[in-house]
Amino acid sequence: MSYVTDNREGMQHLLMGNEAIARGALEAGVNVASGYPGTPSSEIIESLAKVAKERNLYVEWSANEKVALEVAAAASFSQLKSLCAMKQVGVNVASDFLLHLGLSGTRGGMVLVTCDDPGALSSSNEGPSRHYAQMFEIPLLEPGDFQEAKDMTKWAFEFSEEIKNVVMVRSVTRVSHASGNVRLGALPEMEVHADFRYEASAFNTDEGPAESVPVNEKHRLQQEKLQKAIKLFEQSPFNTYHGPEKPELLIITSSAGNLYAREAISLLGAEDRVGLLKLGTTWPLPPMLLTRYLSKTDTIMIVEEVLPFLENNIKILAAENAREIGMKTFYSKHEGTIPTTGELNPDIVVSALSKILKIDYGAMDSGYEKVLQMTTIAQVPERARTFCPGCPHRASFWSIHNALQMDNRRGFVCGDIGCYAMGRFSCGFNTTKTLHAMGSGAGLASGFGKLAQFGMDQPVVTVCGDSTFFHAAVPALVNAVHHNANITLIILDNSGTAMTGFQSHPGLSVNAMGDEVPEVDIAKVCQGIGAKVEIRDPFDLEETRATLNQLMDDSQGVKVLILRRECALSPERRYTKQYEMHVNESLCLGEDCGCNRLCTRIFQCPGLIWDKENNKARIDEALCVGCGVCSSICPAGAIERKEVA
Amino acid sequence: MRGLPLSKDPYNIIITGVGGQGNVMASRVLANMLVHKGYQVTIGETFGASQRGGSVMSHIRASAKFTWSPQIPKGKADIVVSLEPVEAIRILKSYGNPHVKVLANIRPIYPVGVISGELDYPSLEEIEESVNRLSLASWFIDATGEAMRLGNPILGNIIMIGALSRIGELPLDREDFSEVIDRSMPPEKQGLNLKAFDIGSALVSNTG
Repeated sequence: MSYVTDNREGMQHLLMGNEAIARGALEAGVNVASGYPGTPSSEIIESLAKVAKERNLYVEWSANEKVALEVAAAASFSQLKSLCAMKQVGVNVASDFLLHLGLSGTRGGMVLVTCDDPGALSSSNEGPSRHYAQMFEIPLLEPGDFQEAKDMTKWAFEFSEEIKNVVMVRSVTRVSHASGNVRLGALPEMEVHADFRYEASAFNTDEGPAESVPVNEKHRLQQEKLQKAIKLFEQSPFNTYHGPEKPELLIITSSAGNLYAREAISLLGAEDRVGLLKLGTTWPLPPMLLTRYLSKTDTIMIVEEVLPFLENNIKILAAENAREIGMKTFYSKHEGTIPTTGELNPDIVVSALSKILKIDYGAMDSGYEKVLQMTTIAQVPERARTFCPGCPHRASFWSIHNALQMDNRRGFVCGDIGCYAMGRFSCGFNTTKTLHAMGSGAGLASGFGKLAQFGMDQPVVTVCGDSTFFHAAVPALVNAVHHNANITLIILDNSGTAMTGFQSHPGLSVNAMGDEVPEVDIAKVCQGIGAKVEIRDPFDLEETRATLNQLMDDSQGVKVLILRRECALSPERRYTKQYEMHVNESLCLGEDCGCNRLCTRIFQCPGLIWDKENNKARIDEALCVGCGVCSSICPAGAIERKEVA
Repeated sequence: MRGLPLSKDPYNIIITGVGGQGNVMASRVLANMLVHKGYQVTIGETFGASQRGGSVMSHIRASAKFTWSPQIPKGKADIVVSLEPVEAIRILKSYGNPHVKVLANIRPIYPVGVISGELDYPSLEEIEESVNRLSLASWFIDATGEAMRLGNPILGNIIMIGALSRIGELPLDREDFSEVIDRSMPPEKQGLNLKAFDIGSALVSNTG
């Protein structure tokens, strides 16, 4: 039984923030959920997909976030309740539709959940999504703990139906991927009937066509909806205050900042001096509530992550109401109290707060620090990221790297988003030389591939994963073929959206809910677009390398090399060994071999280690998954493999 | 139900190890056992590509009163459960204090920098000596070795939870473990996990 569908109201369970969001949607009676996988947001759609049959939902992993938002909006236009979830960068992809959706408005309750990643713990950026709410004039909610993640999501649906527009709920890694006790509410039983009404006039936003035009009228209506939101926010239970009636210092915060600020106050024992205003409704800000709390003291600290969002809007309110509330001193980002990059944590907040309050705070015990500084404490080696043992990407990059070396024309690889983004590290033999957004590798390659006119003579190669291919590489591939760019696109097809946990994508025959669906054949798509296509097994190192060299030698148009092998962590491959691996000590010549320890110094699979005392390579039995690839890199033939019966 | 007073509130646990060791699962199981005892529990963890082969840690905080931040402040760990030996020292350097206790697995996972020969990995004796110097009490067990005898090295994480239950720092018992896995694991896997739990628990009663 999933905790997410426990129908016992009042039960308390440990839920991940993302599960709490999913539960909130279920308590609201969500019908349709869509998204594209991305850490830290994926578990929202996953949780709903698991219970789709039980709760009569339609749940899909869409091809990308823009399509996901459109799928969810179609449900809302048909009087259903819908949720769309994505990571922060997904909002960039969906943003064009989101701008127009804000104008057209929604019908059934519609909630867009975005999960930001301050500190880029699992991202190639720490871009903000909150500014979209302000820029596109839609309301923004931010849960400040796990219980609120559920309660706020549930309310967001009611709220959306009340103002007839999409509501953005913004979480962060430390809420979405953290867990805490959540008290459950009731799960509703509702009869629904999907029906898209379009018969009324263009001015009727409930029963006319769903359009962003006529813009003048729709924009005015949209702004009226925001005014209505402000009225509701003034009374919202999601804005809370803890602290003395007249605090010396008022901290204003939202999201994970709430938990850090509360911890910092407690660490300093400053509960009698500091008030904590936690905002759950962060755009548009409720001005009466803000001026009421700003009146409590003249010293304000604002705790939020990355760019100043609350800060800018609070300062505008404070300036507008200065006559009534008096002049304020702000401790925030502008003057440097709180950093504008990276994620916050209790230590950053307590350090800033201790300076403002002039309280001494040392995180580490001073005697303990002295022990730490003693030279007798063992040195801890850095642990660089690497591909898992048995990962097809290590084998693929090995061959790509060798092909480029043999080609010897300073060819390069444009990287893309997935585990294979690590192709830029030593685990990928430092192979990729650009890294930007989803699908940008193919787009950049398309551009590089047209520069022969200006003298560029370097071979252009790019990589993308199977899910990334469908998400954003297809338009770039179309572009490259149409413009006859001279490039080779390598599709690292590991049969799933592997980095985020094997979510389905259009290339697979099973969807998010486990139903059989038609699979879109990547090779046929590429051929249909007009590329030459080869398919290889990346574990066959020599064949892969030779094929890539042939493709790079072919200067005519777009070549596609599909390297197909399941991820080592995939449910199909995990815990199964194809080979028993063994290093034959009589054949391994160690440092005297002349190979410069190709196996361990260069190939660097964690399952193959170096036995310093014996001057030999050795298999780490606890880690090796028996893929057999290393046996073909040893020039002495010392790494032996035996097929597991 | 409310949890009985803890020896410290919040009680801060860090489970550390290397990506792929079942750190996340261990922290979920442990946290659910504590919720079962009536505590407010917060887990903070990170996962995704950034953790592939890298150091991972989960922060678990149990309290009879509040939901605490998912990140434990520096210097405030009460116990460190280390699925990999050298990771214990990495954690102690940031989160240690004179009262911290350590339970560590003795099976190393070598960083690629060590495999390639650029970095050195300290000997187990050096690691134990350093951990002893940096903790009030410590336990070292061969969880991976025992797990491999059970047929799968991943079970090392459950062996560590079994061992933790025996240390007596936290109100953890076999019945809670059994109930938690009953809700989170398919029946065919439960027997082996219970066995792993029992092995871990026996390892500590033998060494302690």
